[in-house]
This record gives sequence, structure tokens and C-alpha cells, in this order.
Amino acid sequence: MTRSKAALVGVASLKPRRKTDGESTLGMLAHVSAKAIADAGLEKDAIDGLLVGPQVGETPQHVPATVSEYLGLMPTMSNVVDLGGASGPGMIWRAAAAIEAGMCETVLCVLGNHRNHEAPRSPNRNPIREFDVPFGASGANTAYALLMQAHMAEHGTTPEDFALIAHWARANAQLNPNAVFHGQPASVEEVLASPRIAAPLHLFEIVMPVAGAEAVVVTSAKRAKENGSRAVYLLGAGEKITHRAVSQAPNLTSGPLKPSMARAFAQSGTRVQDMSLLSLYDCYTIMVATTLEDSGICPPGGFGTFMREHRFGPGDDWPLNTHGGQLGYGQPDLAGGMTHVVEAVHQLRGSAAGRQITAPELALVTGNGATMSEAVALVLGADQ
Amino acid sequence: MTDLSALNVPGPTIIPLTAPFWEAAARGQLLIQRCGSCDKAVFYPREICPHCWSDQLDWDEATGSGRLKSFSTIWKPGHPGWLPAAPYVVGLVELDEGPTMLSHILTGGSEPAVGDLMHLKPTDIGGRVLPVFEIVQQGDTS
Repeated sequence: MTRSKAALVGVASLKPRRKTDGESTLGMLAHVSAKAIADAGLEKDAIDGLLVGPQVGETPQHVPATVSEYLGLMPTMSNVVDLGGASGPGMIWRAAAAIEAGMCETVLCVLGNHRNHEAPRSPNRNPIREFDVPFGASGANTAYALLMQAHMAEHGTTPEDFALIAHWARANAQLNPNAVFHGQPASVEEVLASPRIAAPLHLFEIVMPVAGAEAVVVTSAKRAKENGSRAVYLLGAGEKITHRAVSQAPNLTSGPLKPSMARAFAQSGTRVQDMSLLSLYDCYTIMVATTLEDSGICPPGGFGTFMREHRFGPGDDWPLNTHGGQLGYGQPDLAGGMTHVVEAVHQLRGSAAGRQITAPELALVTGNGATMSEAVALVLGADQ
Repeated sequence: MTDLSALNVPGPTIIPLTAPFWEAAARGQLLIQRCGSCDKAVFYPREICPHCWSDQLDWDEATGSGRLKSFSTIWKPGHPGWLPAAPYVVGLVELDEGPTMLSHILTGGSEPAVGDLMHLKPTDIGGRVLPVFEIVQQGDTS
């Protein structure tokens, strides 16, 4: 197995909330950043790299400078990562690349959003706005419903197969007091009885939008060792962007995560069967189904059988989204993708209080953006 | 069934490049682009061919025939203007010429299925005639 030059040494989350009246996104980014640097056992002055998301709350432009100024940072490398739900994992290997290129040594990767009122309608004036919206297709629910219907038609998969994914997300959320659905498990029957939104998707198969923030501190392996940090290592990564609008997708039942995961496994010298944890992006149940099949853990069309033959809690044979996934934890906008990184770090270093998996060695983390369009896969490894 | 012409919904955000497409749509025609270099059909309209990057793109009238690749019955629309029409169906139509477009689907009361044969059915939505599709033959005939 290759030895990475990049170490994930600090993580932090703000508890997801439905409303944050009076709060700013910048303020939330500041709080989660301070928690992450404290978790890393570093001082703020160690940060010389900053990766942020696009259109941070009240700030549509000059995001790196605005966040740097607010936090009192003067980084030697800064950028926006705009890969939708893949932005978080995309930040991790960009941070590693920047460190390796000598641009900086310690990178703060931070995403978050406030939620004070209903979001304004999209200002898009691009092809998806011109050629999809006028026909009655607004928003991601429609796109993922189309992907799900195509999967059912091609493979004969059933609503019950997909509902199992939402059921396990809710089950794992019962072990995470920060999850929005803590205290609200859901059986397969309850998932299928939840309101129809865009058939075949039911409400419980769709993430709940929340406010929140997630941060990860990445530094060089050398620095992590010198500081005696509790570190998790980046062992492999892969990325692919294929389209934006679902009508332009090259394939409806297999996505860009397939080559991304293959590259991450090849770089790290691992296989999906080696993973101790699957931390898979789950904006909708269909996304987990396609990712499982694209990972090679089960054949195309075989995710339902896989879901019935295994169990997915922290103490089970295939721990999957042990923080509840976004289906159980809530989706703090772009930070939702970073929850899968943060949870993998907790599990691999043994700090997943109340839901710790046994003998953690390797984790697969996936990020997915737009309409199964933007994909990043990471293989993370515990300090051995 | 809801009168789609009475909906107060967002229309296309037309730019000079795409104006011929929407003008033809208003006349009940479906225009796509054809690349003079690689001969591939292109949808949505672009300045250069995404296959070979030639700028020799010409308008071509499509047959209006295609196949339903996927569909969704929308119970809770993403835009409030569509609420009076819900539940309604949108789908991905793979045109006989090759490209796929998303459109509104008129089911005629029958349950759509992936593989259904579709045909253009120009329809007034919110005061604009748009290239909508209807099911002409059920079942996967591919």
C-alpha cells in the first residue's frame, strides 16, 4: 500500500439545524474552523492554505478572501472548490496536491451554510434553466427520480430495495445525537408510506435540507508526525465530471463514481472488499444503490440483494454511513458531502463515540454533485 | 386535466443562439443542430459541436420521434407555478436522431413505461407552445 504524504489531522461539525435565524454563514464557518484546528491540536497560525465552497451564504464572490479576512488568515494557497456534493472530498485531495506541490503545508477545508429563510430562486441562465425548467423539471428531486426509474426499468429493482437504504440510514442516525432524525427511526414500510414527491422517490428517500458546517484540517504527513497528531491518511483518490443536466448524462444507471473509485482503489492498492467503512454520498437512496454497484461490491442490479444479505450498523459486517448518512443526519448544503469525510476520520482514528466500528483500517468516501455528474472518491487509511 | 396554457410558470431563457429553436417550437417544429464536420446531431443548441469542436453547426428539423428513456410523476413540483398541474409527468426522450431531451410528457391517462415510443406534440404551457411529447405506442419496442 502506498504511503500518503497528506494527513487529515483535525475535523469538526456544527450540529445540523433546520433554522439559524440571525446567524451568518461566515460566523458558522468561523465556529467550525476553530473547533477543527483545536481538534488538530494546532494553532490557527499553522494554517497557510484555505479551500472554501462557492457562493458562501451572503458572499457570492471573492469567497476565499472574505473567509480569510473574517478568520484573520493570510494563506499562501486559497481556492473555491465547486463540485456540488463532491466539493468536500474534492477539497481533501486538492489540499494534498497543494501540499505536495509546495504551495502550503496545512490546509483548512471548510463548508457550511446558514438557513434563515427560504432560499431565493436560482439565478441560473444556463442550458439546464433554458431547456429543462420550462417543461416542469425544477430541482434535483426530478433528476434523481429519473435515475431511479431508469434503474428499476433496467434491472427490475423494487421500491422495497431502495427503501432499505433509507431504513439503514435512519437506523444508524439513532446512534448519532447530532442527526436531525435522531429519535426517528423508519421501517421499510414507513419509508414507502411517506409522501410521494417525484415518483418513484418518497419523502424519506430524500435528504432533509439543514443549516450546518463541517471542517477538515489537512497537513503534510511530516508535519503530522512532528506534532504527534492523531492522523488519518489519504491513500488514494479519483475524480470525474461527465455532465450537468440529467438529460445529458452518458449513462443513467452507472455514474462517474465508477472510474473515480477504480482510480482511488488503484492508487491505494486496495479493493472495495478491504474497506472497514463505506462512507457513501447519499442525497437520495438511488445514489447509494448506484454507488454500491459501481464500486464492484455487488453486480449491476444487485444492490437490493446485497442490502438484504448484509447489515450496515457500526457493529455489523458492512458498516455504511455510520453517522446516519445525509438521509439520517440532514444535508447542510455543500457541507453534506464533507460529513462523509468527517465520519470516516472519526471511525479510522477511533473517536466515533457511541458508534465506533471495530478494528478500523480503511474507509471508502464518496462525493457526488449535481445530477450524478461530479464525482470524487477517496480511500482513507488509519495510522498503522 | 389541468389547462397547461393557464399555468404561471417560468419559460425558456432565450439567447440569440437559441432563438431559432424556440421560434420553430412556437410553430410546432422541433429543430436540432447537425454538425457539418462529424455529422452528429446536437441538442441543446451550442456554438460548437461537443463531439468534434467544429463550429459548422446547422439547424435540422427533427422527425419528432423518440423513445422514453425514463420518466417521473411529479407530485410536489420544484416550482410553485406547477402546483395546479400536479401530478404530471416529465421524461427523458431519446430522439431518433440520437440526442436526449427532457420534456413534459402527455400520457393520455395511461401509465408510461421506459421504452414507450414517443412523438412530438406541440403544447401550450403558460402561454408558449413548447416541444412536448406524447406516448404513441406502449412497451419496450427497442
